[in-house]
Amino acid sequence: MYRILQKIWQLGKVGKGIAPPAQKSLSNFCGTAAIRHVDAGSCNGCELEIQALGGPHYGLEQLGMGLTASPRHADILLVTGPVSRHMASALQATFAAMPAPKKVLALGDCACHGGVFAGSYAVLGAVDQVLPVHGRCPGCPPKPEAILQSLQELTCAAKP
Amino acid sequence: MGKVLTSLERSGVFRPIAGPSGRYRGVLSAPEWLQLAEEIHQEGGRLLALWGTEADEQLPPSVHALWRLPHAVYWVSMHLGPDHLQYPSLSRLFPTATRMERAVYDLLGFTADGNADRRPWVRHEAWPAGCFPLRRQEGLQNQLGTAGDAHYPFFEVAGEDVHEIPVGPVHAGSIEPGHFRFSCVGEKIVRLEERLGYTHKGVAKLFLEQDLDFGLRLAGRISGDSTVAFAWAYVMAAEQVAGLQAPVRAQFLRALALERERLLNHLGDLGALGNDAGFAFVLSQLLALKENLLRENEHFFGHRYLMDYLTLGGVQRDLPAAACQSLLETVARLRSQLTSLEVLLAEHSGLRDRMVGTGMVVPERARAWGMGGLVGRASGQGWDLRNQLPWPPYDQFACPLSVQEDGDVAARWAQRWKEIYQSLSLQEDLLGKLPEGSMQATLVTTTLHGEGLGIVEGWRGEVACMLGVREGRLLFCHPQDPSTALWPVLEEAVLQDIVADFPLINKSFNLSYSGQDL
Repeated sequence: MYRILQKIWQLGKVGKGIAPPAQKSLSNFCGTAAIRHVDAGSCNGCELEIQALGGPHYGLEQLGMGLTASPRHADILLVTGPVSRHMASALQATFAAMPAPKKVLALGDCACHGGVFAGSYAVLGAVDQVLPVHGRCPGCPPKPEAILQSLQELTCAAKP
Repeated sequence: MGKVLTSLERSGVFRPIAGPSGRYRGVLSAPEWLQLAEEIHQEGGRLLALWGTEADEQLPPSVHALWRLPHAVYWVSMHLGPDHLQYPSLSRLFPTATRMERAVYDLLGFTADGNADRRPWVRHEAWPAGCFPLRRQEGLQNQLGTAGDAHYPFFEVAGEDVHEIPVGPVHAGSIEPGHFRFSCVGEKIVRLEERLGYTHKGVAKLFLEQDLDFGLRLAGRISGDSTVAFAWAYVMAAEQVAGLQAPVRAQFLRALALERERLLNHLGDLGALGNDAGFAFVLSQLLALKENLLRENEHFFGHRYLMDYLTLGGVQRDLPAAACQSLLETVARLRSQLTSLEVLLAEHSGLRDRMVGTGMVVPERARAWGMGGLVGRASGQGWDLRNQLPWPPYDQFACPLSVQEDGDVAARWAQRWKEIYQSLSLQEDLLGKLPEGSMQATLVTTTLHGEGLGIVEGWRGEVACMLGVREGRLLFCHPQDPSTALWPVLEEAVLQDIVADFPLINKSFNLSYSGQDL
């Protein structure tokens, strides 16, 4: 136990973090959100960066954001992948299960415009083909800072 | 070597593939197809891949298999008659062939005679039966929809107290999509059936007719966590077609990239395993170390996960001497940080309690399944291309084969630690002996013609890429992830464990969905 605590102490605080949004008010919970992630056919590259967000360098939860296990608790649907045909209905069902108000963030080149998989018979090519999209974060995969920034912009934008 | 292999080699059916030794190519008749399978089975060999290719004016419809013996890899093909799209099933000898043959049928309509499982595999209800997307046919898009896969006939377990738990395709955590059907008695799992294919992206068709540069971008995105391994297998195959070798310096840099990919994934997996055992400390410690490596990757190699670092004929950018020094220091620092952490965790009773004896695959079963790669080595199966069939630059370094016999989650955990230290030593060797010279050979792709096989030992196991090129365009390309042959083993590994242990066992395998669904 002592050595575990010592390790935690040694690691200390890492990463510069990301500045909280300027105007944070209780009325719109700017900058905070419960996020439900759905992989709609990604190559798993974007998932690696989503996992990195949970690490000590980025501290997603310190910013008031967290990934939820159920769409019932979610404010934001984070979608990766070019929307494979086989995931389209599960993706729509997940969105339908979320309570309003809710927003969709397309994460990565594939979710934004199909990426290298665009044009395949097996994909629909972008999240906006099946769901309303409120934010886009391109990249292959997008860097964690960019993901955090997109999430903040989405939660701080005026109400839809 | 058995008599079938000997006679095939003597009669010139097998010809050695240019490049590192031990790789062979051959076109077989139907009897030879089965004889070879039987002999490889007797010799304890493994089936790495089985796939099909469609006909065009110059090529007959064909099925292909990639076989592995300890010191040889065979890419064999068999032509099918245009009116007889059938071939003998290998599922009787090699249980992992079952799903591969189902996938061949879904994509091409070639039937495996003797495969009792006629259910679709990569095809979901979004495609009508009888629609074969890899065949050159008109109006494909109009036949396809987006219906969910609601009527798949899962095997049913009978019994009074048996209940089913359907999980997925959307999981509670942030992982890839797939469906798991558990049949349980109380908390105990008596059967698990996987239903995958949710991330099917039609990769095989996307490759068709593309130039080699697009092919490389796509190969690097078959499974994002193995982007270096796939890119290397692909460029190895393409360079074979071109009759060219990357400069020695580029080979070293590629190996460095592959070892760094191994390191990143092992660190992430160990962290996630600790987390799934309820010990978040492990995750935050290891993610912090992983993040440092990711930033270093971006700084020195241009991409956090090294995507698109490999090019046809070389690598994207060179590594200056100062960078080598800095990377060497990283290796030394990481080794000492990890050693102290490992000692501490090895003694942690809570962690041991969750991992020891959980998710067991005993060596005998692992052999029957033909397990390879990291999880195979954790179940006593000594397969590692870096040791047995080394390709440049691995042929210049000692890559000892390490195995464990226990076959449980704890063994897969320990195996990762072992391979991390091995990889660190290898990185030191690579950096210390990095030769001078060019990092890029010139490759004119527009006139290329021929076939190529690339195979490397990625962090999960053998990653292979088989391709055909005509006038600089891809005629076909089959990327093979080791996950395909390992997913069925997971169904067996969880038996007699409880449902709550599934995430831990699944994580200890950490197989790719995208790489299997293609």
